[in-house]
Amino acid sequence: MELSGIDRAAIGANSAPSAQSGNSALAPTAASRRPGARGLQLLSWLAPVVLVAIWEWLAQAGWLSPHILPAPSKVIRTAFKLATTGTLLNDLGVSLLRAAAGFAIGTAVGGGLGILVGFSRIAEAAIDRSVQMIRAIPFLAALPLVIVWLGVGETQKIFLVALGVTFPIYINTVLGIRQVDPKLLELGRVQGLSSLQLIRRIILPGALPSILTGVRYALATAWLALVVAETIGAQAGIGFLAMDAREFLRTDVIVLTIVIYALIGVAADGIARFLERRLLAWHPNYGAAR
Amino acid sequence: MNAHVAPLSPASFETGPAVIVSNLVRSYGSRVVIEKLNLRIERGEFVALLGESGCGKTTLLRALAGLDSIQGGRIVAPRRPAVVFQEHRLLPWDSLWRNVSLGLQVPDARERAAEALTEVGLGDRLDDWPRNLSGGQAQRVALARALVQQPELMLLDEPFAALDALTRIRMHELVRELVANHQPGVLLVTHDVDEAIALADRILVMRNGAIAYEHRAARNGSTPISRSELLAELGVNSHSTH
Repeated sequence: MELSGIDRAAIGANSAPSAQSGNSALAPTAASRRPGARGLQLLSWLAPVVLVAIWEWLAQAGWLSPHILPAPSKVIRTAFKLATTGTLLNDLGVSLLRAAAGFAIGTAVGGGLGILVGFSRIAEAAIDRSVQMIRAIPFLAALPLVIVWLGVGETQKIFLVALGVTFPIYINTVLGIRQVDPKLLELGRVQGLSSLQLIRRIILPGALPSILTGVRYALATAWLALVVAETIGAQAGIGFLAMDAREFLRTDVIVLTIVIYALIGVAADGIARFLERRLLAWHPNYGAAR
Repeated sequence: MNAHVAPLSPASFETGPAVIVSNLVRSYGSRVVIEKLNLRIERGEFVALLGESGCGKTTLLRALAGLDSIQGGRIVAPRRPAVVFQEHRLLPWDSLWRNVSLGLQVPDARERAAEALTEVGLGDRLDDWPRNLSGGQAQRVALARALVQQPELMLLDEPFAALDALTRIRMHELVRELVANHQPGVLLVTHDVDEAIALADRILVMRNGAIAYEHRAARNGSTPISRSELLAELGVNSHSTH
């Protein structure tokens, strides 16, 4: 099939006499005019740069009021000033600590319940339906209740992050354990593995891709929870910085905090993907080719 | 695990039977799949079990492997049998040597796995991943994993059915060699009459949950098992083939 296609193309080229003269020079130019993979990559990065440049130009030209949207250069200068003389780094640290604490608690609770339900039908009957019901609540809807219970201190913020993290971890852990190939479990029995060895050698590695998907999803939720929690009654943190700036109409600081949230979100996702590549090196869909 | 599998005394290992099955009954609810089946396999003996789909041959193998409970009779085996399944069932997240040594409770597991992998011709791939193997290579690793346990009884559940014809012939050679070297009793469940003839000392045909036909090959090959006779036992009339 392929051969006949090539033949036909060759015949077609020969039967067009007008293209004969200098066609050797023509063909490569036509090929280079078509954007390659690298060209497309360049374009994909060029587009956002151009957008920021237009934003900068509009701000410099006075078309954009600094109260609506400050110039990118102004945001960068503000970042530098706050980092050197202000509390930016301290606020960043406070926010990261809250996220980490909430994430750790949520992972422990969600993962623990998930393992329990994944392994035991009795635990599933006892726990799963209740968890699924609570999960149906958008966790941010519980915010007023959480504030009544815990006030607006650190506990409330960490609790909210943990709440957001628990469910994606729980669901993906249960799913991962349930999806382990029963044929491999059977093999484990044939090879004489104890229950503990079965868990360590077959069930947990088999569930890991799903669990890591849960971790990645939970990171996004944790971040969302933190943003919301920090905008209420915080005394420090990135969200506090944003709320404080709002009082003084400091849009440059507000834009800065938004950018910081975005950057940390990207970094967290990068860490999760790094973990996937390292821990799932064996997996054809994740691991780097060897 | 299985209350019906009783250990034999270690003294009877060397020349004794690999497994003795007496009056085995296996049923799913009211449907009886295996009815009062008796079977004895000696160490070093290669038994092939033929039969139409659904005749109970895989059920028998699973009962011997201790994977299913039995409803009557006794299975007496000296030690846990090793099983090779139709699929290789390698753990994709473990290297080859980790796969081969799965369940091996010895300090020199890696060395033992290396020996077994060398025996199947993959001694240079200890740290490789299962996904880099061809179907035939993966099944060789599965054989190594069975052998490393030094089984008295090896159960092969159509292990070559998914391989191409040439690879299958090479695997036959390999299995013959391995069995000769290690002398386990072997029960090979297969659909392939020629495979059974090529490998087995004794061929059983199972029908309706019982052994309906038995043929013992002469050791020196003077009376080869008749292929058409076997096919007739399996319900295939083969005038055109020989």
